[in-house]
Amino acid sequence: MKALHTLTLVEAIEKLKHKEISHAELYTSVHDAIAKDNAALNVYLSLDNEALAKADKLLDSPLAGVPIAVKDNFLTVGLQTTASSKVLEGYMPQYESTVTTCLARAGGVIVGKTNMDAWAHGSSTETSDFGVTKNPRNTAYLPGGSSGGSAAALAANLCIAALGSETAGSIRQPSAWCGTVGVKPTYGRVSRYGVIAMGSSLDSPGPMGKTVRDCALLLGRIAGSDPYDATTSDKPVIDYSKNLHKGVKGLRIGICYLDHPKLKGSAVDAAVSKAGLVFERLGAKVEKVSLTQELRAGKILTPDFAVGLYTVVQRSEVSSNLARYDGIRYGGGRALFGDEAKRRIMLGTFTLSKGYAEHYYVQAQKVRSLYLKNFADLFSKYDLLISPTSPGYAQLLGVTKDNPLFGELEDLLLEPTSVAGLPGVNVPCGRDPETNLYLGLNIVANYFQEETMLRAAHTFEEATEWNSWTKA
Amino acid sequence: MKKSYEPVVGFEIHIELKTASKMFCGCKNDPFFAAKPNIYTCPVCLGLPGALPVPNKKAIEWTIMLGLALGCKIPLFSKFDRKHYFYPDLPKGYQISQYDQPMAVGGKLSIGKRTIGITRVHLEEDTAKLLHITLEGKKVTLVDFNRSGVPLVEIVSEPDIRTADEAKEFLKKIHQIVRYLEISDADMEKGSMRIEPNISVRAITKKKTLPPYKVEVKNINSFNFVKRAIDYEVTRQTIMLEKGETPVQENRGWNEERQETVSQRGKEEAADYRYFPDPDIPPLRWTKSYIATLAGNLPELPGVKEARFLKTYGLTASDASQLVETKKRADFFEEAAKVAKSAKTGISPKEIANWIINRDVDVVETLPAGLIKRMQEAKTGLDLSSSELEEVVASVLKENAKAASDFKAGKQQALMFLLGAAQRKLKGKAPVPKVLELLKKKAGS
Repeated sequence: MKALHTLTLVEAIEKLKHKEISHAELYTSVHDAIAKDNAALNVYLSLDNEALAKADKLLDSPLAGVPIAVKDNFLTVGLQTTASSKVLEGYMPQYESTVTTCLARAGGVIVGKTNMDAWAHGSSTETSDFGVTKNPRNTAYLPGGSSGGSAAALAANLCIAALGSETAGSIRQPSAWCGTVGVKPTYGRVSRYGVIAMGSSLDSPGPMGKTVRDCALLLGRIAGSDPYDATTSDKPVIDYSKNLHKGVKGLRIGICYLDHPKLKGSAVDAAVSKAGLVFERLGAKVEKVSLTQELRAGKILTPDFAVGLYTVVQRSEVSSNLARYDGIRYGGGRALFGDEAKRRIMLGTFTLSKGYAEHYYVQAQKVRSLYLKNFADLFSKYDLLISPTSPGYAQLLGVTKDNPLFGELEDLLLEPTSVAGLPGVNVPCGRDPETNLYLGLNIVANYFQEETMLRAAHTFEEATEWNSWTKA
Repeated sequence: MKKSYEPVVGFEIHIELKTASKMFCGCKNDPFFAAKPNIYTCPVCLGLPGALPVPNKKAIEWTIMLGLALGCKIPLFSKFDRKHYFYPDLPKGYQISQYDQPMAVGGKLSIGKRTIGITRVHLEEDTAKLLHITLEGKKVTLVDFNRSGVPLVEIVSEPDIRTADEAKEFLKKIHQIVRYLEISDADMEKGSMRIEPNISVRAITKKKTLPPYKVEVKNINSFNFVKRAIDYEVTRQTIMLEKGETPVQENRGWNEERQETVSQRGKEEAADYRYFPDPDIPPLRWTKSYIATLAGNLPELPGVKEARFLKTYGLTASDASQLVETKKRADFFEEAAKVAKSAKTGISPKEIANWIINRDVDVVETLPAGLIKRMQEAKTGLDLSSSELEEVVASVLKENAKAASDFKAGKQQALMFLLGAAQRKLKGKAPVPKVLELLKKKAGS
């Protein structure tokens, strides 16, 4: 049997329930791996010493007491919650987030809180006030961000499954760079109550896992309407695992962004084109969607405008959401904010200021509506849109220095669907044998059609060699 | 004040709604009577990381109803906005309020012959309460979050008020309507009604233009002080204008002890609150039928009720106006009139009105039927025959011999004592002048 900490979520639950393995054995394996690797990788900021004791009583629950890594922006009672910022160093929350409450109710156990870009401000995990996390696939490289710690925890097998959050890329991009699966649900599918707010109109907590099936299982456990979050949807939560095996026959799939000047001829261009062929071979109707600089029926609006609009809207919301950290009721003073946080607060304050708000914030929201129109049109013609998740492989440690717009440019391909609130999933779709770094495929569905995109993702995973757990 | 100038006054009025819970969370809404500070709090009203606001439906409905009662139009789309500033009583660093699309706009309120425009009515959350004290020799400020997040309605009037008396009338009318709707106690002492007049003065020749400045006066804690503050400010500003000076646009505080306004800080132009729509709260979209339903749920408002009383019960204008002062009083009167009529007592609404107004009947503790009974007994009390009365007086004097002799000896107090005894015998129905007359006659003899 393979080492227990390398089990997938589905495998671990099955083996526990069939009494093939015990909680003690599983947790020992995971804790040993953490003891060996965490210092070097800097994945976890804090660990729960009671995790095994909690797991013991949970065998009969859906998640059977498996150890789960949780991004450090989810409020967890009894476990420090910092958003990787010195402002909240040592902060012990007075209440629990809805998502981690759901997790506990389903029998998941938090093994520890993972590192992230401070306040989720970034796509590298380099803005963390507690040191960067290293990419377990190749430790000279970044894991991506802002859920870099959670993606790395999976890639290094320091957990069985994980939770992250995405504003525009923060689940999918680190998943791409670490060669793992990450799901950004539809905005409003999963409650934000108890998740430290970054961009309130964008934030989407979501599951991250070693396989698509793992993510589908976890999504079903955390999704749903929440009376504490007025932006959650009343739509019923379905069994996302039920139809994963049904394949992609007849699905209309559009391949996007490969004709963007940044991607033409790149490694991701080749990998995603190949992915399109895979889907075609399996019975889907696949065609390329052309880029357009103006709204045109059947064409996809260039993501370039989304970078500006996203930067403005997000930083406006960030400047507002960070106003509560005044050090009076909890946390440290505002002088403890890191450079990136300060930059975003200043920019966001500016874009909302009298005399400027019309030109920046309001204008950005108007441009946002163009993307909404564009996707409404495209989803009348396609069931799914695919693209590269990231313009390339993971980048070297240190590359974000003096590069404040690094994140926004890296998340270029994800910002359009994020600002529209659409759901998307990253699955690995390529690997460089020399660097051991991965490429990710982004599959996007229409609102609340997570099932369709997960079905395509699972089908792709099964039909190709890129998943390092199912194809080991 | 020289005749060539006129005051230009408008109001910003805040009303704390008495919903059971706060505006954006389920905490108990009872800041004034809380036994201790910081007992009605939760992650939302404390502004903890990750907390989210969920709007109080009742507070929204009551705000719309208040808007309807003030003759406003209710736009079918409304939203909440974030209003940013830093202050220790504002835990999120922003207040959830309404900026450019409030729940009610463009209403009016009649006071006598004049009409005062209501610019808007909107809904927001209250801040925490600050307490500045000296603790262990140090000056500190304590923060009590029991009030943080309490629903607050803001009524803004047009600057249509021209005298301090009109101002007082206007505020009393607002107070009355709010109490009729039973959405707030509107108690200035307890802070559930707060008023801030905006005061300017202009030359009468410039009637058509708004003055180039306004002074907002804060810290006015009673209706009486409103009149004094306005009078003071109007005088102060007029003197400046007569000298050719323009008063500074600023906030001033009313100083109760010195009975004057004092400059607090320059208001200059409006502060930059960096308003934007609160992304945590989906916008509000109404149907016409929903608004119609809320309108249908409005109680009969004082003005309408007063007119109906005049017509239906044949009362004087003064009587009608006094009876409708509070809804409780008006309802009590009508119920009593109904009882009197159906029991065929022959007691007229006019008589009932007199009793209620002149005898200060406790309309909360008494039952309307109880009042009618009392009135009936009073009437029959007057029908006691002379001989029966004489018998009562005789037995009173006999049973209270000492008091009788005291009175005979000249002690007036003893007479009152004897009257009391007679009242007790007659169960309070004694025709007082007659009894006194008889007592004097009989005791004296």
